[in-house]
Amino acid sequence: MTSSHQKTFSLSTQIQISPTPLNIQACIDWIISPESGGIDVFIGTVRNATKGKPVIRLEFEAYEPMAIAEMEKIIKQAAVQWPIQKALIHHRTGVLEIGEVPVIIAVSAAHRAAAFDACRYIIDTLKQTVPIWKKEIFEDGEIWVAAHP
Amino acid sequence: MKIKVLAFGIAKDIFGGSSVSLELANDSTVYNLQYLLEQQYPKLQQLKSYMLAVNNEYALPGDTIHERDEIAVIPPVSGG
Repeated sequence: MTSSHQKTFSLSTQIQISPTPLNIQACIDWIISPESGGIDVFIGTVRNATKGKPVIRLEFEAYEPMAIAEMEKIIKQAAVQWPIQKALIHHRTGVLEIGEVPVIIAVSAAHRAAAFDACRYIIDTLKQTVPIWKKEIFEDGEIWVAAHP
Repeated sequence: MKIKVLAFGIAKDIFGGSSVSLELANDSTVYNLQYLLEQQYPKLQQLKSYMLAVNNEYALPGDTIHERDEIAVIPPVSGG
């Protein structure tokens, strides 16, 4: 399933879910603007272990239309709480090796506090509400993260 | 009415596929569907939690399901 989705509303936003590698520089280039006094960028990376157990790779799956709708909601919620100018969420799907980038969040604002706070809110809330799933593959098996108590 | 339920993540393993089709009484609620799914797929009850989504929104147990709604099982999310 190959798809990439972009959407814009009054606050300038860019949301993408993509099976191809994310482009960090393109995100920074998009988020920077003359009105901004600061940009905050969060880059998630694939870690080589979970609770001390070596991880071989991760696989991400998204329910894309709903994931995009939820990401739009999160950005709107952030914009209500902090005076931000632009917000970007790019999320990867498919197989990711150690060190690859599953998610990039970028926020710009006139002053840094709003950018820091909104960026943290967006990544923290994304992990709680956006319908995307991560499978960890180990040498001796695999699990869907957080599925069981 | 016949409805299709999409599955993602571990729900796909539980269903043995990316969707299942079910026969559901007219005016059934999300709660009714959840009950039916758990009868047919008891492993759903072993999950930490799960939600149903209707037309790309998290649904509440009392919401009514209509024919041609897009319904999905949302196991605990783990993106980012």
